[in-house]
Amino acid sequence: MLTQEAVARPKAGRSQDWGLRGASLLYLLLMIVIPILVIVQDGFREGLGEFQRQIALPAARHAILLTLWTSALMTVINALAGLATAYVLVRYRFPGKSLLNALVDLPLSIPTLVTGVMLVILFGPQASLGAFLDQRLGFQVIYAPPGIVLALLFVTFPFVVRTLQPVLMDLDREQEDAAATLGASPWTIFRRVTFPALALPWLGGSLLSFARAVGEFGSVVIVAGNIPLRSQTAAVYVWGAVESENRLGASAVSIALLALAFVMMLITSRLQRRWQRAG
Amino acid sequence: MTDMGVRRTERLRRRPRQPWILILGVVVYVSVVIFAPIAALVGRTFQEGLGSVLRAAREPEFLQSLQLTLVISLIIVVIQSVLGTATAWVLERHEFRGKSLINSIIDLPFAVSPVVVGYMLLLLVGRSGRLAPLLEVLNLRVAFAVPGMILATLFVTLPFMIREMGPVIRNLDFEQEQAAATLGANRWVTFRRIVVPALRVALVYGMALTLARSLGEFGAVLVVGGGIIGRTETTTLYVFRALEERNYLEAYTAALTLGLFSVVIVSLADRLRRREE
Repeated sequence: MLTQEAVARPKAGRSQDWGLRGASLLYLLLMIVIPILVIVQDGFREGLGEFQRQIALPAARHAILLTLWTSALMTVINALAGLATAYVLVRYRFPGKSLLNALVDLPLSIPTLVTGVMLVILFGPQASLGAFLDQRLGFQVIYAPPGIVLALLFVTFPFVVRTLQPVLMDLDREQEDAAATLGASPWTIFRRVTFPALALPWLGGSLLSFARAVGEFGSVVIVAGNIPLRSQTAAVYVWGAVESENRLGASAVSIALLALAFVMMLITSRLQRRWQRAG
Repeated sequence: MTDMGVRRTERLRRRPRQPWILILGVVVYVSVVIFAPIAALVGRTFQEGLGSVLRAAREPEFLQSLQLTLVISLIIVVIQSVLGTATAWVLERHEFRGKSLINSIIDLPFAVSPVVVGYMLLLLVGRSGRLAPLLEVLNLRVAFAVPGMILATLFVTLPFMIREMGPVIRNLDFEQEQAAATLGANRWVTFRRIVVPALRVALVYGMALTLARSLGEFGAVLVVGGGIIGRTETTTLYVFRALEERNYLEAYTAALTLGLFSVVIVSLADRLRRREE
């Protein structure tokens, strides 16, 4: 009924519509576009050379690289765990399922700073588990990269699961049944029939968690602390630079983070449009 | 499909062969990554006994921070409910150039680091910011004050309401609106009587998500507000300071209160949404 809808769609152009459109576009312009333009202009104030020099400073470079690899590692783990969780939640019945389903959503409402506090309690030097891992196994979690990965895993856990769940639920089971009738093993069915239908949303959800992780601050600053060249992520570096009035450094690393966020969001929205058209 | 084929697939579907190892793996993963940290916070807080927790919950600085957090969050919810709904409406029902670009920009706050958000605002409204001369003339204090913190929280919560309302506005039945218009209802009456009831559930859910995100905002309000005790210290900033000062019980109590509050609000809204469906 596309044509009917097109006819019924009210024609924009009346004065009230223009007022509404103007107001909401102005809101977006003031809230998002202008702050970004200001920071980009500030970062390149001293020219491209100075921007590159600021990014290449050892502490800044280490912070950016640490952010990228911890986020990437988290994304791989989260992609696999999220796929398994969504699949299990949609396809099987087992005791405790509704509790599991409720737990998936919690990271969306728990403040990320609180997440950091939780992880320090669990893995910190005072905690028995943390002390055990540190002294017996020599594996330090808090104030070290593993803590960052754990914090990011907590914060981004819902993204892959909640992207895949509706897709899995809407999936037509007849093809799987046909494959089963033809004697395919469950693993072959998953690999050849189910997974191809999930691939795009899976990639989208995973990239979304990566994008979210790169900028994460609240949980990371608590869990990793602020140790340059060791556990300081890019967002924490920007905070330190702002505090010490290192405006050039703060602007340069901020722009790097902004550019990354922008590219990631463009890619995920493209992917989203593609799988929605396909589905 | 033949009769036998149907029966065969039915049987295949009902066959209770569950991959228990996969299910167990998922349960263990969620228990370790999500459940264990939450249990640790709850357990550690009450380890000191209920009395000490209640005493920590009555700390004047904590209560003051909670009040500020609530005031800011409620202002945010009101602004986003109005402007977010308007923006979603414009994006769904109006056609104009650059719409797809705007659509990708809207999700940007979701990925931009809160620290960067705070810093961008400082560059605009800070002491040597772009708008400093103007703000001085108007005698407005924005940075290291509540208005700056409201702006920062507006930025980080921007996508929630718009993304919650978008699909509902898209699926609205135009025929009802047209019928109302045909019966002589003016645009405001149509909006109030037809559109608002249809949007109600999404509105409540969007408000809950926005509220939870505002309550928990930390990085942006830290940078732009400065965490001045009694003036710009929200509850997240109070937790941060209490940790630094090694007042662990105060920090844990405040963190637990904040977390519990957000979780309850979102799950109430979630329940409402499920009931309506």
